[in-house]
Amino acid sequence: MLEHDVLIIGAGLAGMRAALAAKQNGVDVAVVSKVHPVRSHSNAAQGGINAALTDRGDDWRDHAYDTIKGSDFLGDQDAIALMCQEAGAEVISMEHMGAIFNRDQDGRLGTRTFGGQRQARTFFVADFTGQALLHVLYEQIIKSGVLVYEEWFVLSLIVQDQKCGGAVMMDIRTGRIEVVRAKTVILATGGLGRVFEPSTNALICTGDGMSLAYRAGAPLMDMEMVQYHPTTLKGSGVLISEAARGEGAYLLNSENERFMLKYAPEFKELASRDVVSRCEQTEIDEGRGIDGCVLLDLRHLGEKYISERLTQIRELAMDFANVDMVKEPVPIMPGMHYQMGGVKANIDGETEISGLYAAGEVACVSVHGGNRLGANSLLDTLVFGRRSGIHASEAAKHTDHLNIDDSHSETDKNTIKMMMENPIGESFGKIRYDLGTAMKEHFGVYRNKEQMDIGLSKIDSFKDRARTVHVADKTKTFNTNLLFTLELGFMIECAEAIALSAIDRTESRGAHTRTDLPNRDDENWLKHILVSYDNGEHHIGYKDVVITEWEPTKRQY
Amino acid sequence: MEVKINVRRYSPESTSNVPHTQEYLLEMDDSSTVLDGLIKIREEIDGTLSLRCSCRSAICGSCAMRMNGEAGLACNTKIIDVMPHDGTPILVEPAGNLPVIKDLIVDFEPFWSKVKNVEPWLQPEGEEPETEYLAPDEDMLHLAGVVSCILCGACVSDCTVLEVDNNFLGPAALAKSYRFIGDPRDDADSKRLQNLNEYGGVWDCTRCMKCVEVCPKGVDPMGRIMSLRERVMEAGHTKTNGARHANAFSESVKHSGWLDELRLPIKSFGIFNIKAMIGLIPIAVRSQIAGKRPPIFHKSIPNAKNIRKLFEKIEGKK
Repeated sequence: MLEHDVLIIGAGLAGMRAALAAKQNGVDVAVVSKVHPVRSHSNAAQGGINAALTDRGDDWRDHAYDTIKGSDFLGDQDAIALMCQEAGAEVISMEHMGAIFNRDQDGRLGTRTFGGQRQARTFFVADFTGQALLHVLYEQIIKSGVLVYEEWFVLSLIVQDQKCGGAVMMDIRTGRIEVVRAKTVILATGGLGRVFEPSTNALICTGDGMSLAYRAGAPLMDMEMVQYHPTTLKGSGVLISEAARGEGAYLLNSENERFMLKYAPEFKELASRDVVSRCEQTEIDEGRGIDGCVLLDLRHLGEKYISERLTQIRELAMDFANVDMVKEPVPIMPGMHYQMGGVKANIDGETEISGLYAAGEVACVSVHGGNRLGANSLLDTLVFGRRSGIHASEAAKHTDHLNIDDSHSETDKNTIKMMMENPIGESFGKIRYDLGTAMKEHFGVYRNKEQMDIGLSKIDSFKDRARTVHVADKTKTFNTNLLFTLELGFMIECAEAIALSAIDRTESRGAHTRTDLPNRDDENWLKHILVSYDNGEHHIGYKDVVITEWEPTKRQY
Repeated sequence: MEVKINVRRYSPESTSNVPHTQEYLLEMDDSSTVLDGLIKIREEIDGTLSLRCSCRSAICGSCAMRMNGEAGLACNTKIIDVMPHDGTPILVEPAGNLPVIKDLIVDFEPFWSKVKNVEPWLQPEGEEPETEYLAPDEDMLHLAGVVSCILCGACVSDCTVLEVDNNFLGPAALAKSYRFIGDPRDDADSKRLQNLNEYGGVWDCTRCMKCVEVCPKGVDPMGRIMSLRERVMEAGHTKTNGARHANAFSESVKHSGWLDELRLPIKSFGIFNIKAMIGLIPIAVRSQIAGKRPPIFHKSIPNAKNIRKLFEKIEGKK
């Protein structure tokens, strides 16, 4: 059995930020990740990180209001206010650790404009901000000597009497299964993008943490709020950063019309993501698309500007769509990108299970509500990663280990043994693909009751099929075949939570748009939906949205 | 289109326990990448195939491997670009210069330990400012070219020095080191340059360009190593063979317009380095026999003056 004061599951921005904070607080902290830290999906954040710096004449209240309006008034205003107040210090602290950031003429941090915001407050490193920040945090992890279990896969959380005391995990390289005892556990496993097909998310984004918490009895919140990003590449679905529109790109339909002018006269292409994605989908559905796409036009920005500030996406468009954006418009479509919902957590990362914390995309605080603003996700990971790290390490100082021993891995060992011995059946690949395409079909940009009900019944059938998955690889060394089979189980549970929440929300708000109920219903629905799992049963609960000073109004861009 | 892929397979648990290649026949699109093909294999044909991959958009660095003998990311390598015209299969192998764990998965531990060796974190001195450090945008834009390194290991895979000398820090770790030495906020240059001047450091690169060719992010590791050499010498580390070699090389060309190959090794090693001088004897004898001994009296080429002027112009600019 292994033992640590604080165990952090996941080594992206939230996990590593939490680890640094916990380590600085003087406890024994370890991070476990199914991939090496620099392979984490935080890499993929391109555009930047939001912060209202007062010395630039910006105000956190403006940032907070833009975020609240972006959330379609489903975000909790106390949590949003806190995130926006702490944003500046967090960006400066990343700069001090080594993040380079693009600068202005005076050598100070420069900003760019991002969607749904009235101020240019997005700090950035070209168009690979996430990667730049992720590598800086990894450098700090090396410097501080935090132990990282690289390429270990967490199988389950150990919870006794509503208290979390550790986890069971498997060394991917050897297949060895170990119990880790920890006084507090922080989930920082990221999102669930692979539940949808296609998705901008990396193949590792399989909702592990959400499912682990759900199985352990912690409620998931806002799961119906799935963000479709307005600009993903035709075909592969690779992400083209919002920075493109931030720097001035146009969206055109098949009639060469800048269609956002009619839908969002003030913000145009830079309305919030749910709005732009819906407009694109409407254009496509009404026959003004081109092969299921609209066009992103950057030609007027010029080659020098594009290659300096949008380096990566230019390469991506060339590599994955054979288009040089300097010369031609890029065919793009809305694509699944982010899960606003997640494990219900408070501003210190605490979930409903004592000793269990969550931060980053796996968590739902809820600072994104019905729709996340671009460049608020990096901020979310850092602010709440740090806060979770501080709180979990402080709690660990005043807690004893639970009475846990090696026998706690028996259930997982048996499950894996049964999976490995299953003689025949489908491979995970087909089921995952069917699940993903069904989720896109039934829980896409536009939804309705009939379609969602069909979706839910399909999810039931995937559950049955998943029970008989055949693991072809019988070895213990790097058995990725087994890992994908385990991940499939996580994904199906996440899909079910999304479906149950989406069907329950009988209105349209943020990313959840129902053609059968197109209006927002503030009278009945200024509340979060919680899904939890207990004794084989799903329970739906509610929590009122926290409204402090910003009353919900009609949302226009 | 029909695609044949030959994948290098290896399992430490198999009874035969030897690497072999396995051929797969796939139906793919023109736009498909090698990674698309490998994923199709493991999801639809053969679940036992193991490889690392994640982002599919050349940012996570998981899927570096060799395709037709050259390292790259499988996710941004199009099948159509590496498919041999004669109908032979595309050969897919694990990255080189690192121990194979299974199939296309290699042990990155030696890679990370070299990255850690260069103390890869910002080391400023003095009090932290209340707001950000001030730094010129052009310096940061220049650094962005190195910061965009995703540590995928393609350069290490194909480095011709690492193939024969495992002690070499290698292109990725050296580029990482450059990222801090080139950072106006970092104050540990002197310690860093001292470390890079040691055996295994900047002088062990043979300038073969392979790392530049295979880097999927345009990081130009070799160019960074060359810049580091200059910085090492500027910092006063001029006594190593490498530094003396570089000095002797440019001195010779500056003064005579061409290379004095007879004196170059003597100046590089130092005439009092008896062991090295004795080591040079067999080479001298062999070149004499082959009629390739450089002239004993090294004469300037015509118009050597112009070359000297070029040097002076460049040195004046620095």
